[in-house]
Amino acid sequence: MKFSNSWLREWVNPQLTAQELADQITMAGLEVDGVEKVAGEFSGVVVGEILAAEQHPDADKLRVCKVAGHPDGEMQVVCGAPNARVGIKIPFALVGAMLPGDFKIKKAKLRGVESFGMLCAQTELELGEDSDGIWELPEDAPTGEDLRKYLQLDDETIEVDLTPNRSDCLGIAGIAREVGVLNRCAVSGPEIAPVAQQIDDSLPVSLMAEEACPRYVGRVIRNIDITATTPMWMQERLRRSGLRSIDPVVDVTNYVLLELGQPMHAFDLQKLKGGIKVRLAEQGEELTLLDGQEVKLQAGTLLITDEEKPLAMAGIMGGLDSSVTESTRDIFLESAFFSPLAIAGKARSYGLHTDSSHRFERGVDYRLQEKAVERATQLLLDIVGGEPGPVHLRELSEVMPAERHITLRRARVEQGLGVALGDDEIVDILTRLGLEKIEQNADGWTFLVPSFRFDIAIEADLLEELARVYGYNRIPSESFTAALDIVPQQESEIAQDALEQTLLARGYNEAITFSFIDSDSAALFDPKAEPVALQNPISAELAVMRTSLIPGLCKSLQYNLNRQQNRVRLFETGLRFVPPGNSERELKQEPMVAGLIYGNRFAENWTGGKDLVDFFDIKADIEALLAHCSAEDEFRFEAGEHSALHPGQCARILRGDVEVGVVGALHPQLQKKLDLPKAAFVFELSLEALGQARLPAFRPLSRFPEVRRDLALLIDADVPAASMVETAVEAAGETLTDLKVFDVYQGKGIDFNRKSVAMGLTFQHPSRTLNDDEINAAVDAVVGKLEQKYNASLR
Amino acid sequence: MQDLQSLTDQALELVEQADGLAALDQVRVDYLGKKGQLTALLKGLGKLSAEERPAAGAKINEAKQQVQEKINARRNELEQAAINAKLAEETIDVTLPGRGEEQGNAHPVTRTMRRIEELFVRLGFSVEEGPEIEDDYHNFEALNIPAHHPARAMHDTFYIDPSTVLRTHTSPVQIRTMEKAAPPIRIICPGRVYRCDSDVTHSPMFHQVEGLVVDKGVSFAHLKGCVDQFLKAFFEADVPVRFRPSYFPFTEPSAEVDIQCTACGGEGCRVCSGTGWLEVMGCGMVHPNVFASCNIDSETYSGFAFGMGVERLAMLRYGVNDLRLFFDNDLRFLKQF
Repeated sequence: MKFSNSWLREWVNPQLTAQELADQITMAGLEVDGVEKVAGEFSGVVVGEILAAEQHPDADKLRVCKVAGHPDGEMQVVCGAPNARVGIKIPFALVGAMLPGDFKIKKAKLRGVESFGMLCAQTELELGEDSDGIWELPEDAPTGEDLRKYLQLDDETIEVDLTPNRSDCLGIAGIAREVGVLNRCAVSGPEIAPVAQQIDDSLPVSLMAEEACPRYVGRVIRNIDITATTPMWMQERLRRSGLRSIDPVVDVTNYVLLELGQPMHAFDLQKLKGGIKVRLAEQGEELTLLDGQEVKLQAGTLLITDEEKPLAMAGIMGGLDSSVTESTRDIFLESAFFSPLAIAGKARSYGLHTDSSHRFERGVDYRLQEKAVERATQLLLDIVGGEPGPVHLRELSEVMPAERHITLRRARVEQGLGVALGDDEIVDILTRLGLEKIEQNADGWTFLVPSFRFDIAIEADLLEELARVYGYNRIPSESFTAALDIVPQQESEIAQDALEQTLLARGYNEAITFSFIDSDSAALFDPKAEPVALQNPISAELAVMRTSLIPGLCKSLQYNLNRQQNRVRLFETGLRFVPPGNSERELKQEPMVAGLIYGNRFAENWTGGKDLVDFFDIKADIEALLAHCSAEDEFRFEAGEHSALHPGQCARILRGDVEVGVVGALHPQLQKKLDLPKAAFVFELSLEALGQARLPAFRPLSRFPEVRRDLALLIDADVPAASMVETAVEAAGETLTDLKVFDVYQGKGIDFNRKSVAMGLTFQHPSRTLNDDEINAAVDAVVGKLEQKYNASLR
Repeated sequence: MQDLQSLTDQALELVEQADGLAALDQVRVDYLGKKGQLTALLKGLGKLSAEERPAAGAKINEAKQQVQEKINARRNELEQAAINAKLAEETIDVTLPGRGEEQGNAHPVTRTMRRIEELFVRLGFSVEEGPEIEDDYHNFEALNIPAHHPARAMHDTFYIDPSTVLRTHTSPVQIRTMEKAAPPIRIICPGRVYRCDSDVTHSPMFHQVEGLVVDKGVSFAHLKGCVDQFLKAFFEADVPVRFRPSYFPFTEPSAEVDIQCTACGGEGCRVCSGTGWLEVMGCGMVHPNVFASCNIDSETYSGFAFGMGVERLAMLRYGVNDLRLFFDNDLRFLKQF
């Protein structure tokens, strides 16, 4: 809502500057977005009249005009505007005038002809959008009067960004009421008296949509003069509210909308067949709107129709066929109450948003209709003349919005706000806001809510009104208190922050990527999934919900590689969205942690080390995460397959038998597609699987020496080390305390399908020294079992 | 005995000249060893008379001792020199950087969220999270935003289907918590939220932290105290805070919270669009309809809720001047935090 300060001052005039007023209403909940001057800075511009206009002798496009308006008499002005002609009134910048942008008007010579001043277009005065020629002022503009004074340009526009609950302030009258309450000053608008009917004509109105339109006021006005022009003061007020002048009838309905907040519509009476019906549309009915758009109506859209056809989309936009045109003589004025529920969402479903729908869907005062019609009639008669018929009201009282009575308990005021207000103050604030005290008892009061406040329905709403007018910033700030209870806390729970700190310490930076990605990337990384798609994505780049965090990290990798960052370590935590499919019945939103490493193993350093990262670098990072669980024996890595990963360098990560993650090199084909010069390694792990740690359980330390034996075994190259270790541990018996693989060799000197694996076995007994025979027996058992199971041999 | 003196002088001379431990040991063997020249003199004592023998023996032993001491001293010298040489050789340039992994950095949004969480967790708030693909009921209906409510237009919602959305705020976590827990409730809900809006100052995904307190006797003054203390703690400054009436369907009364512009101190600048104030969060007293949808009796309990944009707070706190930087994941940006 944008309005002129001077217009508001006609209703209520506290001793505040425009800026002070703006600050005041902002702090009362009507947030002011801006206060701007209505015109550029200029002086020395008067209303001029062109008395003569002749062709410039040496320039086709210039005219030499004789202009009245200067105190010293006629002036010669050379003007290039095509509409410069005898008889029109125009803004005339005299010699010595200052125009916006510190542009001083001087005596000049144009192609040999002297010129004393300048005739101005709207844009040259920063007074409007029109730059097609000079601005034609109304015929009755007083020649010679200062333009600023004539147009009352020492004024500001105030733009308020109203929250959806304050529909009552979508008109000057409402803002004025609010200002009056805040300043405790009188509010008085223009006098709106009933305009007596001069003819008997009226249209029958049937309200067939019940609750959607329980109240409709109509009035016929005949013999208007549509060729009249809207007076300059009204044009200016409309302009200052951001509306263009169209024709006097539309201007008047717009003016009343801005002044009182009641949207109105004027039909060309001659185009209507029979009476008005307000009803819901049937699916597929057609209507051409005022803006020329042809719409197929959805069932349930509220319509204004005549006997034959839809005329208008009620409360949203009128139809083209029944609209007022240059040939209109008789009009039918509509001023109705459409219920918010009937209009809400409808305009949007047609891609429309109008001043009218904006108000109706938020709530228009359901007692305002007659007043608005009288006001419009009064203004129309002044401008276009005509003979009004009677004000014809149709109301379905049984479906009208119910009057709301709210009980306010005195004790609740202090309980809710934390400040005690006096009874007088409470009643005073609410009364000034338009509520009516209808009952009072020992506990409090009952108030009647005015018909213009759709947002006041319960006691809490009254508390807000009290707080707002009293001043939020006058309410004290207090610490709240609560019992200091110690609540159970699981020691085994692993904080996500601890996992993140581990990755940070291992050189990863944390990334945050969008949860939605493009469907091509989604398919590239996870071709089997059908990701959850957005119905209304911002762009194709952000269209489907990620089923993995890895595509986002890869995109960030590319972004950094393009900026000469050649060593990249990134991780991200967040949800992945696994759509329902074969394995899942419902959408799963799983918290994950994913990582990516790329480039050199070590950051560039004088110590050298130019090796590239490989699988075992990233695996160590994962192992560091898993270590938080203190349950190494529960986790396993198994050679796995993943469409985005290298088939020979990919592992599934399992906790028990449940797959909890994946790690590997990006598939070389994918690497090429992503234009990555080197291999990238990625992992993704379920955070839920990392959520619980095993609590420490002490084991006594042995006081007896440990003994280590190293073994080198030849074994088939495809036997996983983990399987060998598992078998060896089983065979070695209870005295084995540690087993480490310390070397793996394949190549020269060994069969091409065999490998040499060296293991160090550590033995220790808790309560005595082990002897050689025992250790030899255990080692023999290991070798024997590996020979038997995997065809291994001692090297 | 002339022999003894010259032999001794000879030995001492050689000890002095020995330039290594091996040469020194050779001198010892040559003079003090079993077959050494000074040792040999002792063997000649037999030729002397019994009266002469003790004095002569004592002289020889004295000479031997003198040489031995000289050898010991020389050995120490040589060993010290060897150690010094080794130390000199092992000297490094201690100004060169250390070896090993660099420390990475948490994302500024995470850093900011953790800081906010920390301030509240110390007061006994618990951290709650919820789904990001959310049903219409939890995102809107239960928060007193029925279908077609004009407030929905403020939300620019991403839809999955007509009844499923990407949550537009973290407020549904309030509902999910109140559905399962009985008051008193003190929670803080950080997380990603989504709005269908993208330009220089709007990201289609951003982060919010929501707080909720439900208990007996909670008032608007408590809300003001909590928000005011939080903002001062967060910015580590006695920053002026003001409350403006506003509108959220799920709170009543509702307020927007402004702090005095941290860039200009309230003078008015580009950061605060000349107003001297920066809008940093929204808050209010929990609407009775919201309590009703969670089966909490609003006659017995009251509560307040507040919500803030994490990116906005991070921008103010660290002076980040472009929202889009948060999601580019440029290492040059991430490494600054």
